[in-house]
Amino acid sequence: MSVPAHTADGGGESTSALLRRWLFPAGRLIASLAVTFLGLLFITFIIGRMIPIDPVLAIVGERASQSTYDQVYREMGLDRPLYEQFAIYVWQVLQGDLGTSLLTARPVADDILRVFPATLELATVATIIGVVFGIPMGVIAAVNQGRWQDQVVRVVGLFGYSMPVFWLGLMGLLIFYGVLDWVSGPGRLDIFYEDIVPPVTGVILIDSLLAGDFEVFKNALSHLVLPASVLGYFSLAYISRMTRSFMLEQLSQEYIVTARVKGVSEARVVWRHALGNIMVPLITVIALSYANLLEGSVLTETVFAWPGLGQYITNALLSADMNAVLGGTIVVGMLFIGLNLLSDFLYRVVDPRAR
Amino acid sequence: MSELAAGQPERKGLRAWLTSDTPSSRGQARAVQLYLGWLAFSRNPLAMLGLGIVLALVIVALFAPLLATHDPLAQQLDKRLLPPGTDGFLLGTDELGRDIYSRLVYGAGITLYIVTLVAVTAPLAGLLVGTVAGYFGGWVDVVLMRLTDIFLAFPRLILALAFVAALGPGVENAVLAIAITSWPPYARIARAETLTIRKSDYISAVRLQGASRLRVIWGHVMPLCVSSVIVRVTLDMAGIILTAAGLGFLGLGAQPPTPEWGAMISSGRKFLLDQWWVATMPGLAIFIVSLGFNLLGDGLRDVLDPRSAK
Repeated sequence: MSVPAHTADGGGESTSALLRRWLFPAGRLIASLAVTFLGLLFITFIIGRMIPIDPVLAIVGERASQSTYDQVYREMGLDRPLYEQFAIYVWQVLQGDLGTSLLTARPVADDILRVFPATLELATVATIIGVVFGIPMGVIAAVNQGRWQDQVVRVVGLFGYSMPVFWLGLMGLLIFYGVLDWVSGPGRLDIFYEDIVPPVTGVILIDSLLAGDFEVFKNALSHLVLPASVLGYFSLAYISRMTRSFMLEQLSQEYIVTARVKGVSEARVVWRHALGNIMVPLITVIALSYANLLEGSVLTETVFAWPGLGQYITNALLSADMNAVLGGTIVVGMLFIGLNLLSDFLYRVVDPRAR
Repeated sequence: MSELAAGQPERKGLRAWLTSDTPSSRGQARAVQLYLGWLAFSRNPLAMLGLGIVLALVIVALFAPLLATHDPLAQQLDKRLLPPGTDGFLLGTDELGRDIYSRLVYGAGITLYIVTLVAVTAPLAGLLVGTVAGYFGGWVDVVLMRLTDIFLAFPRLILALAFVAALGPGVENAVLAIAITSWPPYARIARAETLTIRKSDYISAVRLQGASRLRVIWGHVMPLCVSSVIVRVTLDMAGIILTAAGLGFLGLGAQPPTPEWGAMISSGRKFLLDQWWVATMPGLAIFIVSLGFNLLGDGLRDVLDPRSAK
């Protein structure tokens, strides 16, 4: 490797240092990513083989002759050895081919692209709610360790860890939609607002703003606020608990004492010094909670008839549409892996100690 | 056992025996440890509340026929959707005129069954994988831990859903799917513990005495990993209950007419706005039970693993 020595402190050394710092970890990361991805496909492949439904019969029907059956059997590659079938499967998935859905008779990949923005919208707003409320709650609990504020935050968190998300959703519908009538009911829009704004991003909140249609925006918001709050509550429970424990660790450090001795105001010590130092682990927590929300959306979307990925998977499950189920599993799994990777990466970039 | 006989005549003697600083046998040392742990645990009111809830669940599950006021499956179509408290139906009736209270009582057994099965199989599998990986090291470690990481990288509920979809709905398949998706954290814990134990002198002593690898792992490594795994299991119980209820809610767990709590919420959904109690009551039951497991788990962690508790 001959790299022009553009720095004063020895070009060769800094190149190898650069290699060691960025390229090698990146290489290892990519390798482990590839293995994890193959593992994901292997599991979905195995699940696909486990189903008691004959995939050939599902296509040719009960009355097909034996020769037709055999022909389709060969066309689907089922006569080849399993490892070859697996290789074909991986190749297809890499090309974005997740098979055809039995339910919608369309490619699963297209279906998922269509429903995904709804899930993204829900999970993103929920995460924002979780972050905006969760972090301050965790900080306040840590500062007042053992006092009533701490107990309140603890109970809020415990409830979040103990409640079934679908039940909380139903209770929310019962109270805020059924009794108080503060929000709109299930679905993403009222029926007469549907298909008014042209879909650009698929996220209605953004699309309606782009079209300048505030009526639609308001309606979408009133549909979104309840499911997003329900999901956000679980994110809040997790984020506040982690924030509290990170903060407790920081507040017992000596630099905090130093800052106080120097006469730094308490607010600055807490919100600037301590909170600033936990930002990095918090990013990981937020990324993880975002990934969990994608999962929690399966049940929430079912409760709120939210036309997203979760509901798509559930519907596919109930009608034994395995291509759609496994396609959805792959997409959510990839998002999971991607978010983990992203938080790892941010960790390296933001925290100089991790380099 | 002679110490026990000596300590028994008066209660003070037993207490002194249990708090002795100089235990005279292995059994006594273990008893002292347990007793001191219990003392620390019982000072924590929330943990005791959790223990109470879990014990109540067990009692209700065991004595369901005595505690139920009605047959959980008996339909009385003329008494559909009665509100709580009417006609002797404590928590009202559902859409087929079945007593919700009795169904909840019988449902406790199903919940306990699911939780117990998962809590036995998943940690055992995790312990096995983790200790083998940690003890053998080398490529065995690499392969097993990569596998663990792959499973850890996936969303648990979605993976469980996919498994149930392939296996077909039902309680046993739900248990299997949840177990398959929940062993990896235990493997991680067990491996970490094994790595710290593996090089210790007593393991070398056992090996010098000619014990096989399997014997070392099964008899001398695994028992030491159990306490940290137990803490994790108790903390995971609530998650298991919630996942099982979620599968039931989606119609993939226990099938009707089984009074499984998640499935009961699902059937009450249709009447949510007019007959709120049908969906609310089973949800409360799930909430209380998983809260109990969470409180118990927190309390146990404080006692057994003081380092991680804050």
